[in-house]
Amino acid sequence: MTKEELASLEARAKEIRAKTIDAIGFLGVGHIGGALSIVELLAVLYYRHLKHDPSNPAWEGRDRLVLSKGHAGPALYATLALRGFFPAEWLHTLNKGGTNLPSHCDRNKTPGIDMTTGSLGQGLSAACGLALANRLDGRDSFTFAVIGDGESNEGQNWEAALFAAQQRLGRLVAFTDYNKMQIDGKTDEILGLGALEEKWAAFGWETARVDGHDMAAIDAAVEAAKARAAAAAAAGTGGKPTMIVLDTVKGKGAKFCEGSVGSHNMAFDYETAKKAIAELG
Amino acid sequence: MANQTKEMRAVYAETLVELGATNRNIVLLEADLMKATGTGPFQAAYPERAFNVGVAEANMVGVAAGLSAGGKIPFAATFGCFASRRAFDQFFVSCAYARLNVKLVGTDPGVSAAFNGGTHMPFEDLALMRAVPGIAVLEPSDAASLRGLVSAAAERRGSVYIRLHRKAVPDLYPAGEKFEIGKAKLLREGKDVALVALGALMVGEALKAAELLAKDGVSASVIDALSLKPLDAELVLREARRCGKFVTVENHQASGGLGSAVAELLAETGAARLARVGVRDEFGEVGTQDYLMERFGLTASHIAAAAKAL
Repeated sequence: MTKEELASLEARAKEIRAKTIDAIGFLGVGHIGGALSIVELLAVLYYRHLKHDPSNPAWEGRDRLVLSKGHAGPALYATLALRGFFPAEWLHTLNKGGTNLPSHCDRNKTPGIDMTTGSLGQGLSAACGLALANRLDGRDSFTFAVIGDGESNEGQNWEAALFAAQQRLGRLVAFTDYNKMQIDGKTDEILGLGALEEKWAAFGWETARVDGHDMAAIDAAVEAAKARAAAAAAAGTGGKPTMIVLDTVKGKGAKFCEGSVGSHNMAFDYETAKKAIAELG
Repeated sequence: MANQTKEMRAVYAETLVELGATNRNIVLLEADLMKATGTGPFQAAYPERAFNVGVAEANMVGVAAGLSAGGKIPFAATFGCFASRRAFDQFFVSCAYARLNVKLVGTDPGVSAAFNGGTHMPFEDLALMRAVPGIAVLEPSDAASLRGLVSAAAERRGSVYIRLHRKAVPDLYPAGEKFEIGKAKLLREGKDVALVALGALMVGEALKAAELLAKDGVSASVIDALSLKPLDAELVLREARRCGKFVTVENHQASGGLGSAVAELLAETGAARLARVGVRDEFGEVGTQDYLMERFGLTASHIAAAAKAL
């Protein structure tokens, strides 16, 4: 990535962050912490990697994203609005009766949402199924999945981890948003994940661990996963799925909630949101 | 009609192989019970479309949801206890709530789990599944209805739960008979009492009960429910009004499944007096199928007694 590309990407991330804070602040309550921790990831995916067509969200050739930590939906909605999947005005309908933007992602309501999620632990399995469907249909599309660190407590993730390796799903690239916090406290004090990257490696995945707010680093890790998938395809093998562990900060970028356990689902008024957005610069 | 010697699971596998020949989107999922379900022929015919996920039912149902989101029509099978109890939230959220197109098959219903005992004996799968909005809940009663309903499930856009008895059962219908989701079949027309039964075992017992009742001068209708959800309310109400007395018969808790579905309908319409034959708030246990039928009060004589007591 060139310096100019990185600067442009940083501007995009700032827009996503601002729109996310604005949408939740306009409503007055929401999952701000885990939404802000994945902003850089979403910017890298939607502005550099994910094949998509906002005018045709159901395009068969697209890459898929399963946001398994569905409560971070508002960050993804901000991204999709900025990419043109739907009007930005929709963001102020978040969680209102009849909205197309519910707190947890719904594939039937929101253009650009590939999978309904929210009951934690289920998205990685669905991502495996999407990757299998692509393979059966001979498409070289990628399936991306984002899971939370608290979510990683759920055993179904580890069933899916075994399955993805068994099926050699080389075009499955997953991310763990490792912000080290879950609802009731720090992950290490609730149900610690220990050597997380090593666990995924032991389950048969390619792994990387990067600063989840360093977009050049995220980009390089995704590029490496894509290169491995291409090499595996050329060699006629499926390859290994990839897990990229992102070291992140819950509530990143908004002073009123950055690094706080309480930011998981937090009430704050619109003035606080506006101030935080102004502070983004 | 001749007794069927072919096992129901073989009919299930054959039907999927046939459907899979013309519809390449049909895929198979198993959770280390492929030998029990007998779907080896599908795997042999279409190895790239068969996935054995290991002993991981939650993941199986989640993967099925993803395959469906990618345009496939997954048929995922495991014992009914696991299909319903263990993977319920996965089926509820990732499949049904997500408006996806997953066909979940629960084998070894109720007392047919026999020697696997109480841990493996689903007396509540229908109650759980009936509570899931928008899905269809089906229990075929013989080979022809199994073929018909599996085909109908494949064509239906939406998730379906199918209860599958694995062993051979007597034929009730000729090959080529048409079956629809939401439609029951009237197997025998009577005038004094109507028996509605669900599944091969209980339809068989209900037919025997009708014979017992006939000897005592009681004329009984027998309805093969086939589709618990949607229930064929038209046929149930017609027979209820004609006979005035109604008995539900199921290899399942008397509450939550067919008994409740019919009770709701009859209470709302006042069409008939009702008795329910089914398990009375008990867990399953080990034993032969015959022992368990007797133990839980599911035999023809229990059904006939319930009808006469009305």
